[in-house]
Amino acid sequence: MATVIELPIETYKGPVDPDWCPGCGDFGVLRSVQQAAGKCGVHPKDLVVVSGIGCSSNLPGFIHAYGIHSLHGRSVPVATGAHLANTDLKVVITGGDGDGYGIGVGHLIHAMRRNLDVTYVVMDNQIYGLTTGQASPTTAKGMKTKSTPAGNFESPLNPLVLAITSGATYVARGFSGEQKQLGDLIAGGIAHKGFALIDVFSPCVTYNKVNTYPYFKERVYKLEDEGYDPTDFYKSIEKAYEWGDRIPLGLVYKTEQETYEDNEPVLKKGPLVKQKLGLPKNVHQELIDEMI
Amino acid sequence: MQEVTIGIAGAAGDGLDKSGDTLAKTCGRLGLHVYAYNSYQSIIRGGHIWLKVRIGDKKVLNHGDNLNAVICLNQDSLERHAPEVNEGGVIIFNSDKLKLDPTLVPKGVQSLGLPMKEICKEVEAEHGALQAIMQNTVAVGAVLALSKLGLEEASSVMADTFAHKGEKIINLNISLLKVGYDYAKANAKEFTKDWTFSKKRRPFLTGNEAIAFGAAAAGCKFYSAYPMTPASTILHWMANHATKVDICVKQCEDELSVINMAIGAGIGGVRSMCGTAGGGFALMTEAIGMAGIMEVPVVCVEVQRGGPSTGLPTKTEQGDLFQVYGASQGEFPKLIVAPRDIADCYDTTVNVFNLADKYQLPVMLISDLLLSEHPETVDPEAFYSDVKINRGEVVTEWNPEKQGKFKRFKFTDSGISPRVFPGTENCNYVSATDDHDEESILISDMFTSPAIRRKISEKRFRKMENLLKELPAPKLEGPADADVTLVCWGSTSGVVAEAAELLTAAGVKTNFLVIKWIVPFHAKEVQEILSKAKKKISVEVNYTSQMARYIKMETGVSMDGHVNRYDGEPLEPKEVLGRVQDILKGKKIDLDVSENDAKEIAYHYLRTHYSEKLRPVKAVRESANGHGEEVWNIELAERATGKHGGKMKVGVHTGATYHFEKEPVESK
Repeated sequence: MATVIELPIETYKGPVDPDWCPGCGDFGVLRSVQQAAGKCGVHPKDLVVVSGIGCSSNLPGFIHAYGIHSLHGRSVPVATGAHLANTDLKVVITGGDGDGYGIGVGHLIHAMRRNLDVTYVVMDNQIYGLTTGQASPTTAKGMKTKSTPAGNFESPLNPLVLAITSGATYVARGFSGEQKQLGDLIAGGIAHKGFALIDVFSPCVTYNKVNTYPYFKERVYKLEDEGYDPTDFYKSIEKAYEWGDRIPLGLVYKTEQETYEDNEPVLKKGPLVKQKLGLPKNVHQELIDEMI
Repeated sequence: MQEVTIGIAGAAGDGLDKSGDTLAKTCGRLGLHVYAYNSYQSIIRGGHIWLKVRIGDKKVLNHGDNLNAVICLNQDSLERHAPEVNEGGVIIFNSDKLKLDPTLVPKGVQSLGLPMKEICKEVEAEHGALQAIMQNTVAVGAVLALSKLGLEEASSVMADTFAHKGEKIINLNISLLKVGYDYAKANAKEFTKDWTFSKKRRPFLTGNEAIAFGAAAAGCKFYSAYPMTPASTILHWMANHATKVDICVKQCEDELSVINMAIGAGIGGVRSMCGTAGGGFALMTEAIGMAGIMEVPVVCVEVQRGGPSTGLPTKTEQGDLFQVYGASQGEFPKLIVAPRDIADCYDTTVNVFNLADKYQLPVMLISDLLLSEHPETVDPEAFYSDVKINRGEVVTEWNPEKQGKFKRFKFTDSGISPRVFPGTENCNYVSATDDHDEESILISDMFTSPAIRRKISEKRFRKMENLLKELPAPKLEGPADADVTLVCWGSTSGVVAEAAELLTAAGVKTNFLVIKWIVPFHAKEVQEILSKAKKKISVEVNYTSQMARYIKMETGVSMDGHVNRYDGEPLEPKEVLGRVQDILKGKKIDLDVSENDAKEIAYHYLRTHYSEKLRPVKAVRESANGHGEEVWNIELAERATGKHGGKMKVGVHTGATYHFEKEPVESK
C-alpha cells in the first residue's frame, strides 16, 4: 500500500459557508468528513461527495471536492454509477435519515449486499428538518412531530442492524459532539475496502427537542474504551441493538470481503473512464458473424 | 418480388422460435431477405405462439398479409391457422398426434400430415428415442423442400447452432431435416417457383440487438437495467457480450436505481445507457429531469408495449409518446428520437451518443415491441465499423492562474459549457439538482436569484437551437404529387411504406412521411410539407393518434383521417390499404365484432371456463332477441369428437358475452 500523505483540513474548505441553523449537528459532521479526507490523503480532485436531498444533503456544496447533489433518496445509485465509471475516485455519500433510511432505503440495502466500495455517512437527526419537522424512519416511538401530533406509533428503524445484516462490511456509529472519534470513524470507512455505513447522531436543534446534545451526552460511551471486538458478527448485532441509558459509539462491525468492484470483470482492465472507446475491427466483425 | 410467408404455430415451450431461427438464418445465408414476427404471450409454457417468417428476394419491410405454409405444433394451432393458408399453400402437422378437420382446409391448399413415428424410424434406430421438440426439425425440413430453399444451407446453420453440442447432435438434426425434406418432396407439391440465390450473407437480428450493438460500437461503457419485457433482450445481449465489448453491465434493484446509476456513470465520465419498457420508464422520469438540469449525457431506451399499467406485457403499441415527451417536472433540453427499422436502430444509437455528449443532455430513444423484438435480415453494411466518436467539449487540464476559476456551467453563446470529469485537477464543481449559477453554486436556497435563473434557463435552451440544425429534417418518401400522404413513426413505417405502394397500385397515388426526430422538432419543415399535402392520414399503433396530436401542437396542421390499431397486434399492409380507401370514401370505421372476433372471444371464454374441451365452429349474426343489441350466435363443437357441443352468444356492438349453453352430456 502506498504511503498516505495527510492533507490539512483547510484543503477541503468549500466555496460557500454552510447555511445550516446555528448549532446544527451537521457542522461537526462536515468538519469530520474534511478531517477524514485529509487523514486519508485524498486529493480534492479524487474525492466525490454524493448526496440526496435534505438539510444534510447540502453538504457537497460546502466542501472542496467534486460533488453530486442528486435527487431525494437516490444518492446511492448515483454514487454507484460514478464509482463504477472511475474506481480511482474515493466516493463518500452524505445525507440524512429520511433520504437514506426512508425514500432511499431500497438502494441502500442493495448497495450493502453488493459490498460496493464506497463510504456512506448518514446524518441521523431522527426528524425531517428541511420540510420543517415531520417524523422520519428513525423518529422514536411516542415522539410528537408535525405529522404525528398524537405521538409516533411506528417503531424506529435500526440502521446498524440493517447494515450488518444486509452485508455492509464496515458499520459504525458516531456523534457530531465527538468530532475526533467521528473523523477517525469516517477515515476508517474511506480506507476500508467495501461498503462502510457510518450512522451519526447529528442533532437537529430546531425540530427535534428530544434527541438533543445533552440527551446523547448523558448516554453515549465509546466501544474502543471497553475493549470491544468488532469482528464478531453475532456480537455486533447484539451491540447494535443496545439503546436506552447506554448507547454505544464507535466501530460496531468490520469484516474483509470481496467488493463488487473486485468481481466486475470489465474493471479488471482498469477504470472504465480510462478504457478505450468503441470496438476493434475484428470484434466488430465477429459480432456480425454470430448473427448470420 | 418473389416471396413466401411461412407460419409456425404452437404453445410456448414448443421451441418454435428455434425452428424460425433455422429457417431465417438459412435464408439469410442464401441471400434472401427475411422479416419475422413472433406473436407471443407472457407465460413460459402453454398459450398460443404464432411466428410468421416472410421471405423475399428483395427487402421485406413487414410480416405481410400472406400465409403460404403453416407448421402447426398443436391442435389449437391447426384449427386457428389452417383456414388462413393461401391457395397453393400447405398445412404441415404431425399426423400421429393431430387431426386436421377437412372442412378447415381452404380450396387448393395441400394438407401434409407427417407420420413422425414411421418416417423417423431409422433416425431413432441410430440415435435413440427422439424428444418431442425434434418433430419441429422434421417439419422445417418439409417446409424447406416445398419452398425450394434446399438442404445445404440449412445443414450448415444446424452445424453452427449445435457446434457446442458436438458432431452427434449436429448429425441427428441434419438427419431429421432430411427426413422431413424427403417425405415432403415425395408427398406434396412445391408452392413457389425457383429462387435466384445471391448468396450474400446477411445477419438476422432484432431491433434490441441492433441498439445494443450500436451502443457498444459507440463506446458505451456502462449499461444498467431492470428486467422488463420488451427491453430485456438489450440487457441479455449486453450481459452476454460484456467482456467481449468491455461494457460494465449492471442489473439493478429497480428502475429508479437504473437511471440514477446511468446518470452517475455519465457524471463519472463514461458513455452510459439504460433501457426499459413504459412501466419502468414511468419510475425513471424524475431522474430524466436531473440529467437535464445537471447537463449530463445519458441515453435511455424506452421500448413501448401495450399499456396502461401492466397492460399487454408481450404486445406492441405506440402509446408512450406523451409519457416520454412529458417525462419529469419542469423544462429542460432533451432529445427524443424514434428509429424506424433495425438498421436505423444501430445508426441512431451510434449517433445519439455523440449528440448526448456534445449537447450534454438526456436522450430518450423510443422503440416499440415490434421493432425491438422482431428479427429481420439486414445488409451487413448497415453495421458500419468506422464509428466516429465525438465526446464534445471536455476540459482535461486547467490552470487557474492563467484561466481563472473553472466554471462548469459557463454562460456561452452556444449554450454548451465545457464539461469536466471528476479526477481532473482545479475543476471541482457540484452537479446539483437545485438550479445553480455558472460556478454550480445553488441559487435556490437562501437567496433565489431571478436574473441568474433566467440566464441559465436560456443558456440550457440555446443548446436546442443548434441541436435542431444538426438533425436531418423529415422528407416525403414516394411520389411527390401524391393524392394521399400517410404520416407515421417508429416500426409502423415498414407497413406504411408497403401500404403506400399498394395504394398507388390501386390508383391512389400515395407518399408518406416518417417522423424520427421528435424533440427538438422540425416544425417549419413539417408544416411546409403537410400544408401542401392533399389528404393527410396518420397511421399509428395506438388509440389516440399521439403523433398526429403532437404534429398539430407543433405545426397547427390537422390530419384528414387517422388509422389506428390498438389490439396488441401490429398493422398489416392490406389493412392500412383498406382503411385508407374507406377514409377517402368517407366511410366510417366499423368497430363491430366480426365473425372472426366473435370466434376469438369464444376461444377465450372456452379456454378460461372449459379447459379447451370445446371450440367455436361457426358464428351466425342474429337479432337482439332480448339482449339489447344484435348478437353472434356461435356454434361450439367438442374438440375430441367434433360433435355439437353447445352455443354461446356475443354482442355484435359491445362484444359482451350474453349466453353460454353446453349440450347435456349424453348418457352412455
